[in-house]
Parts: sequence; C-alpha cells; structure tokens
Amino acid sequence: MSVEAKRGWMSLPIGGVLLEAGSSVKYKTGNWRAFKPVIDHGKCTGCLLCWIYCPDSAIMRAGEKLVDVNYDFCKGCGICASECPVKAIAMVEE
Amino acid sequence: MTKVMGLTGDEAVAQAAKQSNVDVVAAYPITPQTIIVERFSEYVHNGEVDTEFVCVESEHSAMSACIGASLTGARVFTATSSQGLALMHEMMYIASGLRLPIVMAVANRALSAPINIHGDHSDMMGSRDCGWVQVYAENVQEAYDWTIQSFKIAEDHDVLLPVSVNLDGFILTHSTEDVGTLEDEEVAKFLPPRKPLYDIDPEKPVSVGALCLPDYYFEFKRQQAEAMKNIPRAMRRVNTEYEALTGRKYGALDALEMEDAEAGILCLGSTAGTARFVAKELRERGKRVGVVKLWLYRPFPTKEIVDAIKGLRALVVLDRACSFGAPYGAVCSDIVSALSQSGAKLNVLNGIYGLGGRDITPSDIEAIFNEALRIAETGIVEEPVKFIGVRE
Repeated sequence: MSVEAKRGWMSLPIGGVLLEAGSSVKYKTGNWRAFKPVIDHGKCTGCLLCWIYCPDSAIMRAGEKLVDVNYDFCKGCGICASECPVKAIAMVEE
Repeated sequence: MTKVMGLTGDEAVAQAAKQSNVDVVAAYPITPQTIIVERFSEYVHNGEVDTEFVCVESEHSAMSACIGASLTGARVFTATSSQGLALMHEMMYIASGLRLPIVMAVANRALSAPINIHGDHSDMMGSRDCGWVQVYAENVQEAYDWTIQSFKIAEDHDVLLPVSVNLDGFILTHSTEDVGTLEDEEVAKFLPPRKPLYDIDPEKPVSVGALCLPDYYFEFKRQQAEAMKNIPRAMRRVNTEYEALTGRKYGALDALEMEDAEAGILCLGSTAGTARFVAKELRERGKRVGVVKLWLYRPFPTKEIVDAIKGLRALVVLDRACSFGAPYGAVCSDIVSALSQSGAKLNVLNGIYGLGGRDITPSDIEAIFNEALRIAETGIVEEPVKFIGVRE
C-alpha cells in the first residue's frame, strides 16, 4: 500500500477516532495470510465446527450447509483445519 | 474576591480540583500525594461536590478509569506520586495518544530502590516522553493556580492533551501557606464545563483506540507533536485571563534579575524560592546574579529560555533527578540543546541535587552562584556535571 495515497496528519480525526461505525468491514485482513484453508467439499460433513471455531467469522454458511471461506477476512490461522473432525480442510501456502 | 486560606500544597490542589467542578476522580493513595485524594473523598462524602469518585486498586487502574471517563466527555482529575506514577506509565501514553485533557497532580518523589518517600523529580522526569504537558509549582499558591489553569489549557481544542501539575513532595505538599483562593463562582466562570470534541451519541457512534499499523500510526504521533506546539499560545490566553481575575502573572518561565546578570541559576519547583532569596542577598552585595524558574517543562519553551539566558556568561542548571549515563540531567540536556539550536554561546554547568529529599540550603545556593560567577570570569567549566550536597 502506498503511504502517499493516504490522508496526512492534518486531515485525520484527532486521537485516531473512527467517525464512521462499522468501518472494519472495509479493512480487509485477508492479506495477512500466509496459508489459506481450502475445503474439500467431498469430505465435508457440514458439522460446522469450523464455523463455530473461526475467530474472525470468516467461514460463510448458507442454512445448515457449509459454503466457503471468506478470504477477504480469513487470516489463515488454521484453527478450522485443526478442528475439522474429518480432515476436510487443508492449509495451502499462498 | 480573594479569600486567603491556610492550606498545605495537597489541600490547595484538592481545593482547586473541587472548585474546577470535576466530574470524575479516580485515584489511589500514595505518600506524599495522599491528602489530595483524602480531602477530595471528604468533599464527596460531605456532598460538597457531585463528582463520581472511583476507588481503584492501583494507579494503573486509576489512570485507566480516568481515560474511560475522559472519553465520555467528563472533566477528570487524579493525583499520584513516585511508584504510583511509574505504575501508570503505559496508561499515560494512552491518555495522551487518545488526546484526553486529564489533569493530574504529581507530588514529586524519589523512586525506589532504596525506598524513599521524599521529594525529587525522578518520577516525572521518568515520564518525560509520555506526551503529557508538565508544569512545576514553586509554592502552594502556584500549585492551586496551576491546577485550575491546567484544565482550561488541557481542554482547549487546539491542545487536547493531558497536563501534570508538579509540586515538590513534602516541601510543598505538606507545608502550610497562605493561599489566595477564588470564589467558586469565579472559577465556574473562568472554567465553564468541558466541551468534548466527540459527543457520546448512539445516533453517531465512533470507535476509539482502534489499531493503527505502519500506514497510519505515524500521522497520529505527528498530530500529538503539533498539539504540543499549540500549547504556548493556548497557555498565554489562559494565563492572561487568569491574571485579569487574580492579579497573579504566569507564563512559561519566571525570570528574576536576568536583564544585566552575568551568572544565573535555572531550576524547577520549590528550589526557585531559595535561589531567588539568595540572589537578592547577593545583589545587595553587588553580585550580578539572576534566576530563571521554569514553570513549563513540556513543551520546552526553547525561545523564551534562550531569550532569558543568552545575555549570561555562565549558567548553572539544577536537576533534581539523575539521568544515569546521560551527558547531563534531563533539564540541562534540554538547555544545552536549546542553546545549540539558537547558536547562542554560554558556559553551562549542571548541578544534580536534592535526590531523595536531601535539602538544598541557602548556603548551597550561594556556593553555586559563586561557582557560576567564577565560571563567568574565567570561562572555564572544570567538570560539566557536579553532584551538589552529596558525601564523597
């Protein structure tokens, strides 16, 4: 990210206050990731333990069925892969 | 209308905080500051104030509670000393980084080990770079006056920084003096309720204390540096208004007999009183000596100091704290930097004195002036740093 493209100190809110609520949605933390979880949908039983354990709410689900990983926010911690009882999640180097 | 009250330094600070109509006090007792919070808790108990008094389990919690309270827009006061200030250290950076106008009285005291409860400036000098404004009182009257003025300086929207009002442990905290106090209504008029920059409003939520990585952190520190630069102007406005109210004149420093002085002493706090007493005696004996008392140490009033001392031929800077391993004590390092920046040439000697409450007497000060006069005459500083009043 280029430092030059961002706002300078004179135009930033005093004390680092964020004046807009919910702005963390815009802060994509997915680029912190070194390994990404890849789900083998053939093995996945839809138990949703990964959804429960994910500390970043980055496992997306639709109804009772596991869908996918939200790579915009998944930091690649690997907890989902570690917790998956059927080893359906592999951590793959980015 | 001035009412003269017999008050100790601690009592005067408590009285000033009471009249400043603070919304929240969160504090933990520590000698020699304890009486400040004791008196304040009595005001709360007696219903003399409507302040929320938060009893906490440590100074770390005290400053944490002050930070939370100040974020809501409250006027917040606390007081501490020595080990207590050291325990607050990390929270002090958060108070200044979040730009919270908290006012804290610091009863300056030595740090352990060896354990000692008496006055020196080691505590606040150790917190020098926390981003807090530092003012130092010479006497009890000044401790009262600075406490009231500090809220107004801190809460100025060009500033929004925490302020520490420093008073020498025991020498001021436990000495009773006649103090000219203001009427409550006068203080209320001088110091209207705080206007916070961001209101607590569920319709307009904000987030504070958010993570700032290398792409933003630096900009917020630059903002803090700028806020410090805005202090002198804000302080002048406050000092002028306070002088109109009380007749008492304040500023970044107080210079005595400096116009034609050859040799001078520069110091902070109560020692300035002794130095001024001795300087007047020496003047009567024809010695051209003067005294600079620094009221404001952070931000450092570089220009005013250089203007005050540049006519001297020798200056002794007194530090009541030791910056171990440094070329000078903290105050003297700043003086030498200020002189270097301005291009002014002046022989400087640094005196480290009074650690752990060791008295500095008029005869000590006279010896220092004589040394300064000798340097003024010869231009030779034999050793740049001297320990004054210590046994070899």
